[in-house]
Amino acid sequence: MTDTAHGAAEAAHSGTVRRLASLVRKESLQILRDPSSILIAFVLPAVLLFLFGYGVSLDIQRTRVGLAVEVQTPLTQDLAASFQASRYFDVSTGRDRRAFEEDLVLGRIRGIIVIPATFTSDFAAHTKPTVQVIVDGSEPNTANFVQNYTQGVVANWAALRSAETMAQQPAIIPEPRYWFNAELESRNFLVPGSIAIVMALVGTLLTSLVVAREWERGTMEAIMATPVTAAELVAGKILPYFVLGLVSMTLCVAVAVFLFGVPFRGSLLALYALSASFLVPALGQGLLISAATKNQFLASQVALLSAFMPAFLLSGFLFEINSMPTVIQWITIIVPARYLIPSLQTVFLAGDIWPMFLEAIAVMLAMGAIMFLLAARSTRKRIA
Amino acid sequence: MWIRLKALIIKELLAILRDPRSRMILIGPPIVQLLVFSYAATLEVRNVDVIVLNRDSGRWGHELVQRIDGAPTFRRIFHAQLPAALQDSIDLQSAIAAIHIGPTFSRDIEAGRSADVQIILDGRRSNASQIVGGYLNQIVASLAADTPAGRRVTDAGVNVVPRNWFNPNLIFQWFMVPNLIASIALIIGLVVTALSIARERELGTFDQLMVSPLRTHEILIGKLTPPMIIGVFHITIYILAAIFVFGIPLRGSLVLLYGSAIFYLASVVGLGLFISALSMTQQQAILGAFLVMVPAMLLSGFATPIENMPGWLQHVTIVNPLRYFLVVVKGVFLKDIPLSEVARNTLPLAIIALFTLSAAAWLFRRRLE
Repeated sequence: MTDTAHGAAEAAHSGTVRRLASLVRKESLQILRDPSSILIAFVLPAVLLFLFGYGVSLDIQRTRVGLAVEVQTPLTQDLAASFQASRYFDVSTGRDRRAFEEDLVLGRIRGIIVIPATFTSDFAAHTKPTVQVIVDGSEPNTANFVQNYTQGVVANWAALRSAETMAQQPAIIPEPRYWFNAELESRNFLVPGSIAIVMALVGTLLTSLVVAREWERGTMEAIMATPVTAAELVAGKILPYFVLGLVSMTLCVAVAVFLFGVPFRGSLLALYALSASFLVPALGQGLLISAATKNQFLASQVALLSAFMPAFLLSGFLFEINSMPTVIQWITIIVPARYLIPSLQTVFLAGDIWPMFLEAIAVMLAMGAIMFLLAARSTRKRIA
Repeated sequence: MWIRLKALIIKELLAILRDPRSRMILIGPPIVQLLVFSYAATLEVRNVDVIVLNRDSGRWGHELVQRIDGAPTFRRIFHAQLPAALQDSIDLQSAIAAIHIGPTFSRDIEAGRSADVQIILDGRRSNASQIVGGYLNQIVASLAADTPAGRRVTDAGVNVVPRNWFNPNLIFQWFMVPNLIASIALIIGLVVTALSIARERELGTFDQLMVSPLRTHEILIGKLTPPMIIGVFHITIYILAAIFVFGIPLRGSLVLLYGSAIFYLASVVGLGLFISALSMTQQQAILGAFLVMVPAMLLSGFATPIENMPGWLQHVTIVNPLRYFLVVVKGVFLKDIPLSEVARNTLPLAIIALFTLSAAAWLFRRRLE
């Protein structure tokens, strides 16, 4: 009696393994045969990393500005020379600010620095002379940088002048140290962030498209009619994309480290544990989207809006979450990438900080469990 | 010909708008996106936490802590007792900056020596921490100016008076919303068009279209018109939101903006059609659209200024339609750029449109044979 029960259980078990294996095989073949999945898993990550590695940079270098020196004296020429020597500015010099106004409107320069005619006399009379800086407010970030760097150049110049005359040291010397990224390369934090975006794409967009296609073509119902159980079906769909996501991530990391020289100070164990945990909610979201839409166009739009854009804009990748309005900060709570990106940046730049990682992993797995539950519910409901 | 064309355009519009969920997805999310992303995407830094270790017992250390506490940028100021606590809170990102005031801080200031203050910043968020570093430097500098030694130096100082043209308070939304107007039109236009032929091909209805009396260019025009209409619709909604929700001044001419938008949409739709003609399935079309969209957004001057890119990459941006239209949208809204400047940025759009549309038509014919 117990023997037969045992045998039946074993048969069911081997049936599961067999069915699962063939499902995984079918799905993997489908991935390998469709050039577009290779495109999204390997070509797009390569392009993204390449752009973040070489092109897109938040570091300001040599902003073009106009410098209007209204009256040439040795003093104003000395200050003008400080601007010309600054590595942050690419200066073209003139006498009249009006000569630069059109360039500012057309965006050819980002600011006009005016050393007024009264500068030399004010300086001699010790009545704080003025330097005016006019910036292009349509680019607020660049505008801020131009203001700050102008202030920096002028302050340095003034300090040097007064040091010459009074031999005075500054009263307080701030000593800033940037930990983990001393050279302040924006590449070093953009590249780890873009790996999260790549995984969101492979996990959510690709999965939702593939499953939505099966619904659209009616092959999902065909599979449902076979002895395959719902759990096997989901596992068979998910496993190949899980592996694909990890392979794509590995490729990204290799490119980041070996080609772009982004430091990798943590352990591979932490990297894979974090990435695998992130793929759980990402894949769950993909399944949920496809089960809810059953249409490739809708699935792609929903995936774009709910996975790709949030991973880009609401994850802290480019924009500080703390600076967002409170309502939007609440929305970011349900963006899985928000938990992955700080940890990924840490694995790369700081090393293993397990308390941080474990918290992120726990949150991501919990989100994944919720996504899968919702996906399972919506799948069952639709078929009944 | 006009009757056939009209029938096809109506059919194409219906194909997109018939399904209530498709209608929803074309209208709802772009609006939500505009609201969420225009507020979320800010490079300003606010509400960050910092940690302070003050080992100085004199008044200057206390004064520095007070001034940091009073700065609006910082939300919470943690007080550490030991240097190790500074490291922990930076490591775990519970604070973006750690300020370490040494035991001789006040004594050095009173004695007229240079006093050091150590500032540790989290380089993992290097953009934000650079900005925070700038704020802290300003606070330290203003404290330094109030010290006895500082008061002597500042007499020799120079005032820098900033003036912000086009956006006097440097409001980030004034920059972001015009950017979003252009990019949302790109996203929707590209995907809708890319799918149009691929879907028919996948469903097998493409052959039916081919045996109809419609000529090739008529089919293309029929496929082009609905996404253009949808694009104009989106741009209009966004422009209205920009003016009435976000209060962004419209300083230039709407006629110029729409005139340029037609060419922009034509170039986007041409690109979408080109992808569509290349793809065999909807999945390929969507992913192909993606492969174009992401670099187009990154290389447009939206996320980061084009002039920050290396020279060779700046040349690559020449083929990017978004790059030109961004200049027009921002220029018309904020700067009232002249007609000549709009034309200078619209001409490349016309060339890109001409090129992608004819390439799509050519590819389309070749696929038929």
